[in-house]
Amino acid sequence: MSHTQGKTNRSNAKAEKVHAYTPGLKVKQETTLRRSRTLPISGDVLVKEGNKVGFDTVIAQMRIPGDPNIVKVALLLRVEPYEIEKYMLKKVGEKVKSGESIAQYTALFGMVKRTVTSPIDGVIENIGASGWVTIRSPPVTVDLKAYIPGKVVEVIPSRGVVIETNAAIIQGIFGIGGENYGIINMVVSSPDETLSPDKITPKNKGEILVGGSFVSLEALQKANECGVAGIVVGGIDGNDLTKLLGYEMGVAITGEEEIGVTLIITEGFGKMTMSLRTYELLKKFEGMSASISGVTQIRAGVIRPEIIIPHDPVEGKEADEELSSGMTPGTAIRIIRQPHFGSIGKIVSFPVELQMSKTESRVRVVEVELEEGGRVLVPRANVEIIET
Amino acid sequence: MSFTKPKDEMQFILATDVGSTTTKARFFHKRSNEWRFLVAGEAPTTVEAPYEDVTLGVRNAVREVEELTGHVILTEDGNGIILPSESDKGVDIYCTTSSAGGGLQMMVAGNVKSITAESANRAALGAGAIVMDVIAIDDEREDYQKIQRIRTLRPDMILLAGGTDGGTTAHVLEIAELIKAANPMPRLGAGYKLPLIFAGNKDVRPQITQLLGENFALSMVDNIRPVLEQEVIEPARRNVHELFMEHVMSHAPGYDKLMKWTDVDIMPTPAGEGIAMQLIAKNYKMNTIGVGLGGATTNVYSIFEDHFVRSVSANLGMSYSICNVLKETGVNNIARWIPFEVEKKDVINMLRNKMIRPTTIPDTLEELIIEHAVAREAIRLGYEHHKTLATRLKGVRVERDLADIFEQALASTYIDMMKINVIVGTGGLLSHAPRRIQSMMILADAFQPEGVTRMFQDSVFMMPHLGVLSTVYPEATWQIFDKDCLVRLGTMIAPVGEANVGEDVVNVKLEMPDGGIKEQHIKQGEITRVPLQEGMTVKAVITPQQKLDIGAGKGKTLEIDVEGGAVGVIIDGRGRPFRLPENSQDARKSVLQWIDSLDLYPSINGKEWRDMI
Repeated sequence: MSHTQGKTNRSNAKAEKVHAYTPGLKVKQETTLRRSRTLPISGDVLVKEGNKVGFDTVIAQMRIPGDPNIVKVALLLRVEPYEIEKYMLKKVGEKVKSGESIAQYTALFGMVKRTVTSPIDGVIENIGASGWVTIRSPPVTVDLKAYIPGKVVEVIPSRGVVIETNAAIIQGIFGIGGENYGIINMVVSSPDETLSPDKITPKNKGEILVGGSFVSLEALQKANECGVAGIVVGGIDGNDLTKLLGYEMGVAITGEEEIGVTLIITEGFGKMTMSLRTYELLKKFEGMSASISGVTQIRAGVIRPEIIIPHDPVEGKEADEELSSGMTPGTAIRIIRQPHFGSIGKIVSFPVELQMSKTESRVRVVEVELEEGGRVLVPRANVEIIET
Repeated sequence: MSFTKPKDEMQFILATDVGSTTTKARFFHKRSNEWRFLVAGEAPTTVEAPYEDVTLGVRNAVREVEELTGHVILTEDGNGIILPSESDKGVDIYCTTSSAGGGLQMMVAGNVKSITAESANRAALGAGAIVMDVIAIDDEREDYQKIQRIRTLRPDMILLAGGTDGGTTAHVLEIAELIKAANPMPRLGAGYKLPLIFAGNKDVRPQITQLLGENFALSMVDNIRPVLEQEVIEPARRNVHELFMEHVMSHAPGYDKLMKWTDVDIMPTPAGEGIAMQLIAKNYKMNTIGVGLGGATTNVYSIFEDHFVRSVSANLGMSYSICNVLKETGVNNIARWIPFEVEKKDVINMLRNKMIRPTTIPDTLEELIIEHAVAREAIRLGYEHHKTLATRLKGVRVERDLADIFEQALASTYIDMMKINVIVGTGGLLSHAPRRIQSMMILADAFQPEGVTRMFQDSVFMMPHLGVLSTVYPEATWQIFDKDCLVRLGTMIAPVGEANVGEDVVNVKLEMPDGGIKEQHIKQGEITRVPLQEGMTVKAVITPQQKLDIGAGKGKTLEIDVEGGAVGVIIDGRGRPFRLPENSQDARKSVLQWIDSLDLYPSINGKEWRDMI
């Protein structure tokens, strides 16, 4: 047995399809999406299976208890704590209005009168032996919105629903900020153009702005001032991210930042031309409404940020949510590390032998025909599949 | 365990390590009655969508082995390993380690944000975790918001504290109720039970068990705040650390499937590495420090005067956690090791790009050097963390009044670098460093060995593999370990103390194998390399200048045998403690001089390093 060259027919056959090292991001024009939307605690589901829902449709509601408010009744009446029961005008469970008397002390035939009023609207929850009375404000209703328009295909009792929709989906590589929605507006004319502050005006309120290669901190701040819903752009500067957040991010786990605008970067950090495929797809849906979420978790069990653009199904077009996972000669790929970061190309071959990189490391490579011309050898770890 | 074949009839062994970033397959074969390493296969770990199944990464790595050897290992459907071997297919043992789960991201909870929750936070940070959020009764969020937060963050572990012993019970139970209601979904695959450590009021343990015992892997430790003025974080800190190493980090989507592929229990990577480090210390009978520098964690091991300690800094690593290294050390500390002009913002962007595409590898010399700079800082910080665990005192009780809750009092370590005789490095970055001297200098700059220290590294990253293999087949393990795994890098000679610039710091006379004497006078700030082949031992007479110590006392001569290796002998006159010049231009000049004198990297873009000094 030769240990370096002795490839069997079987391993040759396997070599024809090689798993992509970095999974490609979804950039799909048409797919059938299912998303589960649930309340954190039990509540009421307001829609039924088969119902159509919009971005803003409240699909479920939960009622959370109001804040407790403590009134030191014994102290205010100047009586002993154990005595307060006899001076209370309201009982446990009774509703009270703000300013309404809840306890009263009278002496000397009514000449001395001390009254305690409720500071809030609420319900008497407890009359304590400590002389304190707890008044609970009314429960607050919290709504859960659909976020993605579509059809309710499943109701999870007391929790929420599963929504199905036909949509385009674009995954970003990294995002910050939570869920939002708005109309897609291309504010640059090419994927390598920078999204500068002057391209953002108050007219963009509630919109999802698509920039090209880069968004600066100033532009993000302007977007916030103008009430922009989301920004989709190729790159951002790492320092600007820290300034925007007010702290330095250690690991890529995001989604709950309170920064106003939801930001998705599609390529990486630094100035990076947005991939033409992503740019063209967004352009195709300009003027349409989309859902946007910056939630990202890069660790085992990864979550990527996404833009979902619901649209009517195109007849005869197969819609699925799956990614192909293998590379073969001819597969379109993107290089995701220097020196050809961002270049697009097609796989030519998978040399079996390790190759010497400029670092002097011997690595597994893939031969790529670049779109801009020329062939290069790239570490297999440094390419990702572009879905076609 | 029982094997399908007697050991003396075995021919092939396959071992894998499923790391957070890369899955590494190592293939061993018996030739002329001796076990040897044959070939390596590597592929990215497949924890990300759409794969979310670690066995796919194992399959890809094993396929590389098949391609390179022609030996068929995977079953026809690719869903398992052929066991036992038969002529040119199958293996006789398949075993694996795993750290696929990545770093430790946890949540802590307590009654009062500034008291119990703060103590719990300190315990978690001290264990090397990344704390994603601190939940407290008084954190000004609604209960449903806290529940939502626990659910969306999907922590790997929860540390719950609250109440003094004999004190309030209501609040801590309230928090327990919230956690129960959140019922966070595991990110590490089905069958994984989320560990929850309770370090609160002892009186509520029965109620906590009743509330959380069913849905969580519950453990109880001493109250972190037994009385208000006293903080006892050690039991909680050590419990977090142990649970992470033994339980959390090895789990990942597809773990259950992988368990079916092997008859040998899957071992966490640090456990495998730890066995390998102990093997070295035992064999050389020397105090040893080792490091496993991974993608999500940095694992440090010490065997000092027969006392073994391992630490896993689950917040420091070279891929997923690379920006946490940046955050902990700051860009200036990374930039000080970079010998060329580069804007700090470009360094930050490069590291952030590695964070979001963690499986990529450097393909330019500049990016390799920047990653090596980060590696120095990750190991340095990991060792700082290790020293807080390598202490004689356990369960330190710190009296705190409410004003000094931010002060952390730590017992000092017993590790004395002058008494450390061996330093070992493993992990993808160190094993794959294109020149052996690069990994030797990364280890030296991070650990700052003192006196005379032997340096080793893992050849192609197989220490975890051999660690797990040693549990079932120790005889084969040592054969492979000695011949194919352990690379003897050489010896580092570094006097302790500082002299003035330009002063001689040490004089080293080496009796070379050809009978000649090689004498080196090293000045403050200089570093030099004397080639000496592996297997060669020569007598050295080392005389430090009066203010400095090489192990025999200040200014005293030490006569000692020094070993050669892939690098040889390095004489380091940069001082201990080692400090780079404050001024960035001077620092760069120093780094350039060291790179040039050690021939650390090839010339860059056609330019020689010495021309850049």
